[in-house]
Amino acid sequence: MNSQKMISTRDLTKTFGDFVAVNNITFDVRQGEIFGFLGANGAGKTTAMRMLCGLSIPTSGEATIAGYDVYKETEKIKQNIGYMSQKFSLYEDLTVAENIRFFGGIYGLKNGEIKARSRELINALDLNDQKDLLVGSLPLGWKQKLAFSVAIFHHPKLVFLDEPTGGVDPVTRRQFWDMINQASEDGITIFVTTHYMDEAEYCDRISMMVDGYIRALDSPAQLKKQYNAESMDEVFYELARGAKRTE
Amino acid sequence: MKQLLAFIHKEFLHVFRDPKTMLLLFGLPIAQILLFGFALSNEINHSNVIVIDYAKDVASRSIIEKVRASENFDLYDVLDDHHMIEEVFKRGETKMAIVFPSNFNEDLVHGGYTEVQLITDASDPNTATTLVNYFNMLLLGYQSEMYQDQQMPMNIQLSLRNIYNPELEGTTNFVPGVMALVLLLVCVLMTSVAIVKEKELGTMEILLVSPFNPFMVIISKVIPYLFLSIVNLIVILALSVFVLNLEIAGSIILLFGVSILLILAALSLGILISNVTNNQQTAMLISLMGMLLPTLMFTGFMFPIENMPKFLQVISNIIPSTWYYIIVKNVMIKGLGFESIWKESLILAGMTTFLLLVSIKKFKIRLS
Amino acid sequence: MWDIFLQSINKSYTESGEKAVNDVSLHVEEGKLFGLIGPDGAGKTTLFRILTTLILADSGTASVGGYDVVKDYKVIRKSIGYMPGRFSLYQDLTVKENLRFFATLFNTTIQDNYGLIEDIYKQIEPFNDRKAGKLSGGMKQKLALCCALIHSPKVLFLDEPTTGVDAVSRKEFWGMLKNLKSKGITIMVSTPYMDEASLCEEIALIQEGNIMSVNTPDEIIAQYPDMLYAIKSPGMNQLLQELRKSELVATANSFGEYHHITFSKQGSMELLLKSLHRSDVEMKPIRPTIEDCFIHLMTHE
Repeated sequence: MNSQKMISTRDLTKTFGDFVAVNNITFDVRQGEIFGFLGANGAGKTTAMRMLCGLSIPTSGEATIAGYDVYKETEKIKQNIGYMSQKFSLYEDLTVAENIRFFGGIYGLKNGEIKARSRELINALDLNDQKDLLVGSLPLGWKQKLAFSVAIFHHPKLVFLDEPTGGVDPVTRRQFWDMINQASEDGITIFVTTHYMDEAEYCDRISMMVDGYIRALDSPAQLKKQYNAESMDEVFYELARGAKRTE
Repeated sequence: MKQLLAFIHKEFLHVFRDPKTMLLLFGLPIAQILLFGFALSNEINHSNVIVIDYAKDVASRSIIEKVRASENFDLYDVLDDHHMIEEVFKRGETKMAIVFPSNFNEDLVHGGYTEVQLITDASDPNTATTLVNYFNMLLLGYQSEMYQDQQMPMNIQLSLRNIYNPELEGTTNFVPGVMALVLLLVCVLMTSVAIVKEKELGTMEILLVSPFNPFMVIISKVIPYLFLSIVNLIVILALSVFVLNLEIAGSIILLFGVSILLILAALSLGILISNVTNNQQTAMLISLMGMLLPTLMFTGFMFPIENMPKFLQVISNIIPSTWYYIIVKNVMIKGLGFESIWKESLILAGMTTFLLLVSIKKFKIRLS
Repeated sequence: MWDIFLQSINKSYTESGEKAVNDVSLHVEEGKLFGLIGPDGAGKTTLFRILTTLILADSGTASVGGYDVVKDYKVIRKSIGYMPGRFSLYQDLTVKENLRFFATLFNTTIQDNYGLIEDIYKQIEPFNDRKAGKLSGGMKQKLALCCALIHSPKVLFLDEPTTGVDAVSRKEFWGMLKNLKSKGITIMVSTPYMDEASLCEEIALIQEGNIMSVNTPDEIIAQYPDMLYAIKSPGMNQLLQELRKSELVATANSFGEYHHITFSKQGSMELLLKSLHRSDVEMKPIRPTIEDCFIHLMTHE
């Protein structure tokens, strides 16, 4: 096991019947890296992410997450990762404080620790006046920031973010990326998907999935050079245009 | 008109393409009829009975011996005082008590006539009836044995007293109950879910924004389920007649007439529910809690209304299926005509009109 | 004249009592491709629902084609096409069945208005017998657009048609809208993606129920009050921290591979370059994007 590699996959494949959702993907993510996982609708991103989170067993190939095997050590993987998606992350009918308590609890943090860290978190997000409000009543931007804080509350080695900024206003979107950068500086590895191409630029490296394959993998600067493109938007368009498959 | 037909066609496509709906629609009534039908005809073995023997003579003892030997009964206790019976019944430890009067043998031998009193717990009417029948057989057996020795014909009469459910409703009564249940399930649940589903999909917005009259949206939701309910009704009746050998004593037309009244009431309720909810789970929950539970509890087909506390009896009056149940029982089983059910029919019709009006009044031509 | 008017429209959410839209007035001219740009929860859907006669405003008036949304809702319902944000068609019906159903609903046939939907429909026609639930996101969106167009509406309302759709499908979709506009249909479309704003003729920037600005994209950009610069240097995160701390810089926001900055009164390009102590800095004046304008309006309220 190489401690430098947070994610390491070799020919990872998932098939559903005749359909090859994820086709022999091989890549590594280093510790502390911000890794952008891009692709068109139906390229296989979600399936790949499920395997990496230990939610779905691969059909073939190898993968280790934080050093743990995706076939045998899924429980250990779950202890060491955080997860946040646009669709679900917090309970809308619980208050801010209750959500934090709950998620701290399911990751087995001690009571004292939960208290100390919640205080820290609530201060950092400036939510002192809102901590007893239901999460459902918060504006979307706050919800997303809170959800991210909760996802890294147990100090995971790696956090998966599935379109975390969808529909969020431009100011909050940038504050969100400040938080991602901060987490990355604290040594947390970030694995993120997005539809905003400017956000792709904030990643250290990017992979582009097309029809179940990883078609390109490099830093944004290198990719633009390689595809002779002005922006990541063009790179994406160039690669995804050839996609045959849609969901 | 063409729009309406297109809409109804679409509605049927939804139903036929969803195996779960189909199963609920047709599997459920069939399963219920068969389950109830066969569960009721089951044999009962080793049921606890108690005996109160005031006679303590040859005849009573030999009948008690027969009870003890029978596969069907377990002799729970022999008492000398019937005041203790109630206590045992309340504890649910027995379903039947057999009371021999004093001078049992003497009356039988010299008078050629006597009585045995049977007291049954008829809150479970089916078990009670079965137990009485078993005992009757046992008694006939005894009588024919005795007849060979004695010159005079003898006659032991059974005097029956049912506690908890004096009228001993049971056996065939579940069919009207299942009819009420299934019609409500199909109409209330299915209509409300079908409308709410469109809200969830966002298609309701399109339908409202179209030139199609919002009212017609409701009509076209109602018609398919009205049709399917009638098909269901036919299935239930056919099963009852051909599989359970139940005769429909009264007029079939009358039966369908009142059923359509109940269906309309249920459809209106379904629309009302869909008006106040925005997701399928809530609609389903309200339908189940609001309609099915009361139907099971209060129509009298599971639990006799007579034994309920007064205020529950009052509540049962405002539930449409209570009246429907009475009407169907009278028409289908007792074979009575309209003149005997006009009062109940009027009440049901009143309720249906009321619900229909409210659901029309409450229907929104806009969102929220 | 199929214009759209909103005059001092207010609407609060029934549950929370919070303002969904606050004193909104707008005018969209006939034949325009008008964009309502703002994040989730800005009030876009509420405005759409008021205009499509689905909900009533608490106060204010609104009309479509001169018809009042309250009194003449029946006329409006006949003449508009609407694609709600969460519209997902009937998943268990095929492409053809969906289309035919909506055609009949609007008292027309697919053949009658084939000309209008032809370009879009041709792309999904090969999947005619496939259930809508089995279509891809892009395909669903095309089918939904066909359904909204089937009765050849005068005005088309599209609520976030491109949300959750990948960049390639989004581009295609905007191409289709341009085509429709050329056929004289007034189109009002909403989107949370700021980069799509430049594809509209006229836009309204909306945030927390308030319209911050209404104009052509070019005019909104021209109204940006400051000189804007793009700056890039290795170590972008540290650079951003340094820029935020610098007294020379008024605002600094990351924009893809560059940071966009404006200077304070005492700041200038030369002074900043000197103060940064970096050797490898690229800096240039740039034309603001709609997103720059949005951030400016959001933070200067």
